[in-house]
Amino acid sequence: MLDVKAGDEQSFTLLLHRYRRPLINFLYRMVRNREQAEDLAQEVFIRVYRAREDYVPSAKFTTWLFRIATNLALNSVRDNRYQRMEISLDAPVTVDAEDGEEKALDVTEQHPNIEQHLVEEGRRKMIRHAIDKLPEKQRAAVLLHKYQELDYGEISKILQCSESALKSLLFRAYETLRVELAPLVAQQARQ
Amino acid sequence: MSCSRMENKILGYVDGRLKESERLEMEKHVSTCAACRVRVNEFRAVNVLLDELPVIEPSAAFDIRMHARVAAEPVKQSWWAWFAPSPRVVLAAAMLLLATVWVGSRTSTVDPLSASDIDKINQNMQVLENYDVISDFAPLSELPPPVQADDASDTSSNQTM
Repeated sequence: MLDVKAGDEQSFTLLLHRYRRPLINFLYRMVRNREQAEDLAQEVFIRVYRAREDYVPSAKFTTWLFRIATNLALNSVRDNRYQRMEISLDAPVTVDAEDGEEKALDVTEQHPNIEQHLVEEGRRKMIRHAIDKLPEKQRAAVLLHKYQELDYGEISKILQCSESALKSLLFRAYETLRVELAPLVAQQARQ
Repeated sequence: MSCSRMENKILGYVDGRLKESERLEMEKHVSTCAACRVRVNEFRAVNVLLDELPVIEPSAAFDIRMHARVAAEPVKQSWWAWFAPSPRVVLAAAMLLLATVWVGSRTSTVDPLSASDIDKINQNMQVLENYDVISDFAPLSELPPPVQADDASDTSSNQTM
């Protein structure tokens, strides 16, 4: 990022290539819409690019990047919720209808055993819905902890809370997931 | 360690992020507490289940759109760039300097006053000073208008009578 600050455009391209995938996945799991996740990821990178000259390496770059992304995602989730409330008066939108990834998998994945494929897809859908049901901040904490593998210090800076508050947030999230995914958890625990 | 104190550490224990001393403390507690042992196992199971979600790849258009957006960003000039001389400004300043020097050299070639001119001015100095006094002398402006020529002849004939 310091090279980008010094005006090296090539370094920005490298930064983009390194972080676009984890960022898009994080945003996708937050907003549940692929197109919107990519739009938000673009917005994150543009904000990074605009702020490059004022960048001060006081924290890790990933902390800064995911803080921007989390704030954008939380705002987007809140906006979507209000939009959905308005739309649902006329035409209710189901989660499946907006899940592009799920449809793409159905079409592209050539599974040898269709029954097994359906079982796996059912499990994935259940896990996704359990994550979706988490309150936004808990969801962000789980995603940053589990998929980005950030440490507690970084996540607490991103979510602007203390480390002990974050641990409590994560504990409650895992408790909810444990209950929501009880059949799968029992099955998994037996293995 | 009590079960309530475990809450903040259970996840760190599950994903192996605890310090060695904390991990040993947890293991000691879990070995004696069946409820916490079950919870640890269930959290582990949740952790494994979360790995089942597939990872998506950025679309092919993402990079193209991103580069287009970056290219469309206005070039930000630094505050110091305002002081950097542009060729046009330098040329204009040079022209102005040359013009000033040229005009200055022209005025300096005007012939100085000769000694006879200075003498003439000195001789007429009295008249010039009087003129200054008379031109600003207020009583003169209050004088009646000059007498007409007819009136002047009448007065002369009256005097003769």
